[in-house]
Amino acid sequence: MKYILRLYVLGESQLSKVAIKNAKMICDEKLKGKYTLEVIDLLKRMQLAEDEKIFATPTLERKLPRPLKRIIGDLSDSSKVLLGLDIIEK
Amino acid sequence: MNKRTFGERKNKVVEHVAKLRTGIEGLDFLGNGGFPKGRTTLCVGSSGSGKTVLGVEYIWRGMEGFDEAGVFVTFEEKPERIIKNVKSFGWDLDKKIAEGKLTILDMAPSIMSSDTLVGAYDFTVLIERIKYAIKKVKAKRVVIDSINAFFTQVGATDKVRKVIFDFVDSLNSLGVTTLITAERTEEYGPISKYGVEEFVSDNVVIVRLVLEEERIRRTIQILKFRGSTHKQGEYPFTITNDGIIILPLAGMKLSAPSSTVRIASGTKELDKMCGGGFFKDSVILVSGPTGTGKTLITTLFTEAACKAGEKVILFAYEESREQLMRNAASWGVNLKKWQNKGLLRIFCEYPEVMGSEDHLITIKKEIEAFKPRRIAIDSLSAMERVLTLKSFREFVLNLTSYIKQREVAALCTSTTKTLLGGESVTEAHISTLTDAILILRYVEMHGEMRRGLTVIKMRGSWHEKEIREYIIDGKGLHIEEPFKGVESIMTGAARSVTQYEEEELKKLTKLQ
Repeated sequence: MKYILRLYVLGESQLSKVAIKNAKMICDEKLKGKYTLEVIDLLKRMQLAEDEKIFATPTLERKLPRPLKRIIGDLSDSSKVLLGLDIIEK
Repeated sequence: MNKRTFGERKNKVVEHVAKLRTGIEGLDFLGNGGFPKGRTTLCVGSSGSGKTVLGVEYIWRGMEGFDEAGVFVTFEEKPERIIKNVKSFGWDLDKKIAEGKLTILDMAPSIMSSDTLVGAYDFTVLIERIKYAIKKVKAKRVVIDSINAFFTQVGATDKVRKVIFDFVDSLNSLGVTTLITAERTEEYGPISKYGVEEFVSDNVVIVRLVLEEERIRRTIQILKFRGSTHKQGEYPFTITNDGIIILPLAGMKLSAPSSTVRIASGTKELDKMCGGGFFKDSVILVSGPTGTGKTLITTLFTEAACKAGEKVILFAYEESREQLMRNAASWGVNLKKWQNKGLLRIFCEYPEVMGSEDHLITIKKEIEAFKPRRIAIDSLSAMERVLTLKSFREFVLNLTSYIKQREVAALCTSTTKTLLGGESVTEAHISTLTDAILILRYVEMHGEMRRGLTVIKMRGSWHEKEIREYIIDGKGLHIEEPFKGVESIMTGAARSVTQYEEEELKKLTKLQ
């Protein structure tokens, strides 16, 4: 099973940096080799924020597998993130 | 030196806040020109008080009337629902979106409710989305509806407060004129539910939905426009099928044109008493107790219009169509004939079936559709039954001002409470607005009930001052000679004044 994840951030703020770092760390630890993580800076792609109806940032989205799941925040608690993404720990 | 001049000029601009015309009927009058331009106005009201309609209309009028694009941010209802709901006002938002004049930003909770929160986050993206939308359509107007939905979703007051601060701040810096709506739980009391929004906004408008004597009343009030002027107090408003109409009673413009063309009342003698008939754009009040012939005068007035080839609508609030026809026939008037010819339209409805706004709208609609030269309302007093005193006065004021603008002649009847003499609420509230007043009274004389009629007011014209006796029979109304040798007719207890008494009185005055 492959996870396709998207992380929406807003600009290069401290909050964005922390979230990107946490996301990469969690993925590498728990989903090594079976994920793609796309980081999107909404400031550069505002229409996407509109289309995806992003409400707050940072937002981590599990695009695949379905159903869609979203986690809002800097992802500072990895077990909560895994729970939110519905990823079963081995 | 140059720098100093510049500074002075800048100060001047700050002192006089420019206004942005909203285009909403009556609101620009209350705001002495509109909303403070380039600023944020907060509109608070309880649920159902008309905040969203006000918001949408503000955007709509901007696009329609001033070619100003708009952004509508919804935290509560789905855009599709808003679009659908305002279709009844004839506002086609889909078209405006397609033309690139409008963007509706959907910030209603959808996925949000099921999202997991992990760690720190902020809502700056919302501001960015609004900014983006503003730039995209080059918006001049922004509406955020409603901020409460945002509060309930997020909960943390401090955080929300900061977001709203940022919202207002960045919106103001973008040069758009913004309307933010907020819900309140009480009509009077704390301005809004969370008690923080008003500190954020320098300009506050309150809409209310008040229950008064078991009747619903809508009012709007501008609480403050910082650094700028506005009208004080609560003003009634209605939501019609054209949107919001605010009725600035005190400031109503008296610009209705007036005519010198006379029209027949339907009774030759009465025309003479009025100096040649009613004016063609006047409001005539016929007041009298039950059974004095108000409906007869209405019927004759209606028939006179038809005879002159003019269209007329009869609004009957007390009798059914059949009753009216039968009554008219008993006076020798064939209403059915005129109805079939398309000159007469009879509108029958009990006043209880709807609220005052609805009645007003119905009357306006009927007039606009049928385009009559005359209308008759029998009777206005029936309206009294279903309205509070305040809203009745507003109803009458509104109606008369509308009638005058349309340049139609209107004859309204009013029933006095007591059989002999007395006055009615209708009289008290409408008399100053009418151009002509006819008073019908029972006169008790020599053990008989007789009827007397007089013209007490005929604006812009001579009129007879005498009280004339009249008789109603199978051929209609017959106005006879004036009552002679009696006094106190109008109070109901006529007293005869004999020749002897008259002479005595003369002697007395001479002696003094």
